[in-house]
Amino acid sequence: MDWTWFHRFGSPPHLYGLAGRLTPWFAWPSAFLIAAGLYGGLVLAPADYQQGDGFRVIYVHAPSAWLSLMAYTWMAVAAAIGLVWRMKAAHAAAASCAPLGAWFTVAALCTGMLWGKPMWGTYWVWDPRLTSELVLLFLYLGYMGLRSAIEDPQRADRASAVLAIVGVINVPIVRYSVEWWNSIHQAPSVMKFGKPSISWPMLTPLLIMFVGFTLLFVALLLVRLRGEILRRERHARWVAEVVAG
Amino acid sequence: MSDFLSMGGYASSVWPSVALTFGIIAWNIVAARRSFAAARAEARRRLAVEGSP
Repeated sequence: MDWTWFHRFGSPPHLYGLAGRLTPWFAWPSAFLIAAGLYGGLVLAPADYQQGDGFRVIYVHAPSAWLSLMAYTWMAVAAAIGLVWRMKAAHAAAASCAPLGAWFTVAALCTGMLWGKPMWGTYWVWDPRLTSELVLLFLYLGYMGLRSAIEDPQRADRASAVLAIVGVINVPIVRYSVEWWNSIHQAPSVMKFGKPSISWPMLTPLLIMFVGFTLLFVALLLVRLRGEILRRERHARWVAEVVAG
Repeated sequence: MSDFLSMGGYASSVWPSVALTFGIIAWNIVAARRSFAAARAEARRRLAVEGSP
């Protein structure tokens, strides 16, 4: 099999240029979708028959939680590619995922707490879902801390990649915690097999938010990735040409 | 309008959640752009000091 496309794709100058060209194609649709999804969720969707208008927190909570898991999965996959094929650009992508994932984990945790106060009567319980999501935050922080603690970039890449790959075990734990254990957290109503157990007028804005947040994540990742590539390739001739222009 | 703002009694959950999430989104946009700009400035500085490779 011909693998030249793989190496051409992973070549830093190619990826740097491609990321720059792609960014607006993700950023603008994401802004539009998030605005539409927010309007749909806060204004158009009917109130829930049990939770009233309190359920509307879901329109920012669930997409944030989704990103927190997606970012970690992408980070672990990129780290594994970097480790196996010694691809520098993959390590750069993994490093770019971490701060984004950490922030959306914070968003998921805090919006969940704000929703939990009136619904459960408390901000926090040591429940499997909440606890594993908190562990996810610590994994991100550990990954970033490890990277910044190791001076040599290549050693930092390898060590942090191992941590990212080992930590990926936490992703299915977060995802299935509400099914495996008795959890106070609601069961999934969208991301499950079979029909969603939420009505279309409520679901449509939520799906729009999921797509909008995902595109936002890609746009932010591409911007960060370009910076990471420049930092790693600072001795390369192409970088001099790019930044001089 | 005030009905909308009161969120059926859940204003203290819904609005801080929305504000926090969009604050985090705004911060991430700023931080990503800053991180890229800093990397480019650093590469430029290096080029100015060392000359073209």
